[in-house]
Amino acid sequence: MDTIDQVAEKRAEAEEDARAQVIAVDDLHKSFGSQTVLNGISLTVSRGETLAVLGRSGTGKSVLLRLIIGLEKPDSGSVRIHGQDIAGLALDQLGEIRMKMGFLFQHAALYDSLTVEQNVAFPLQHHKKTMSKSEQGDRVKELLAEVGMEGDLNKMPSDISGGMQKRVGLARALALEPDILLLDEPTAGLDPISAAEIDDLVLKLQAEHHMASIVVTHDLHSAKTIADRLALINEGNVVIEGAFEELQRSDIEFVREFLGHS
Amino acid sequence: MIDRRSRAVALLPSMGSSTPGLITRFLEWFGDLGIFFWRVVRAAVTPPFEFRELFRQLDEIGSMSLPLVALAGAATGVVLSLEARYSLTRFGAKSLLPAAIVFSVIHETGPIITGLVVSGRVGAGIGAELASMKVTEQIDAIEASAVNPYKLLAAPRILACILVLPLLTLAADLCGLVMGWVAQALVEPLSFHQFISSGFKGADFNDLLPPTFKTMVFGLIIGLIACFQGMRTRGGAAGVGRAATSSVVLSSLFVILADVVLVKLILIFFP
Repeated sequence: MDTIDQVAEKRAEAEEDARAQVIAVDDLHKSFGSQTVLNGISLTVSRGETLAVLGRSGTGKSVLLRLIIGLEKPDSGSVRIHGQDIAGLALDQLGEIRMKMGFLFQHAALYDSLTVEQNVAFPLQHHKKTMSKSEQGDRVKELLAEVGMEGDLNKMPSDISGGMQKRVGLARALALEPDILLLDEPTAGLDPISAAEIDDLVLKLQAEHHMASIVVTHDLHSAKTIADRLALINEGNVVIEGAFEELQRSDIEFVREFLGHS
Repeated sequence: MIDRRSRAVALLPSMGSSTPGLITRFLEWFGDLGIFFWRVVRAAVTPPFEFRELFRQLDEIGSMSLPLVALAGAATGVVLSLEARYSLTRFGAKSLLPAAIVFSVIHETGPIITGLVVSGRVGAGIGAELASMKVTEQIDAIEASAVNPYKLLAAPRILACILVLPLLTLAADLCGLVMGWVAQALVEPLSFHQFISSGFKGADFNDLLPPTFKTMVFGLIIGLIACFQGMRTRGGAAGVGRAATSSVVLSSLFVILADVVLVKLILIFFP
């Protein structure tokens, strides 16, 4: 039988674990019509950790990110951010949680009627109203310098390349200093050099900002470079989760097949 | 005969299954529209308010629509003048011509022409713009940035439509009356002062204000349907095209239907 001190210690450990688990996805199900996309998936990501989610096209990797940020609602299961279940939250309450999250969309999703500078300033204008215009301008320049885009302030999104758009998207995602970063196919559609640059950038940002990150990708090389752990998804669930070496040692046929073809 | 009957019977099951399906889809659409409207209202009345976006939309919807509305109003005035002159002369009531033009323009043709022109120009514009933002995930990006898209995108556009329609209607009325007078004066000399004093004889504010302010309902319909159709779009470039088309078709249709109801209500409450 545990003493009172032991019980308190265990409770403190449990609370510490919950705090460390910045993102906790539990038994998540999502279907679109008759098509089941996620079938009871569970994942956790701790502060300072990067999880790469791999899988074939159409296996619900992007849907998983959209569920985590609340752009889609799950059929069942829960998504906890810093221990708070986001299901059933009103838009304003969800907004509070989203301010702690940065999201890089697959095609960057820059606002096409705004310049690069205005795109990055957008979250600041809406959430940092105490900052003066010049302070906001300085912060935008700082963010763009961080992603190597400080010379393109006045360009429109249509005037820059896909890789540059992703850099700007990344700067916008970091504008509110989030402690969670969600990256949807950050290197998709980029040439190997641009993809490597994005990987280096993510690693640099990760080291500087110490965020909990989930990277959805097809690119095994990129996943290996930037992630601490990898999770391979098939048929709506995690087939295997662990370091790259663990995946390499796996006897599961799908894992071997996936690694063999990547 | 047997063949024809069997073919008709064969059609029945498909009609039976498609008609309830259509009704269900129609009711679903209305339900979704109601939920959308509620979200916009809640976003619109909760601070912070997006005044800068509202002013931008007032300029975009109001100033940019003015030339088209003025032209449509002017053309309507000319046509009304020509048609009414021909008809009233046949029945020996030519002296009523100014009154016929004035009452037709301010009661009905000014407001409905404005409603239809704006639903064409603005409905298509809003529908296509928001649909394009939706399919390129820009609306999701707004939401992911913890900004309420109902507050930032829908509320200012709908509010701008509501505020601008009565002003555009007054512009259409004015152009219609001036060009109605010009068309008449070209045939038979008549001063503008004579035309107006004769046309407005017996008229009061009830003849001008309710028909003008009913266009606020048209503005609500145009803004609401265009934003709704745009923000629920799916399916790439084709989806954008469908959103623009459906915004124009549905908003024009509902403007006409609303006009029928509003005219009846105005006749009851402002006899």
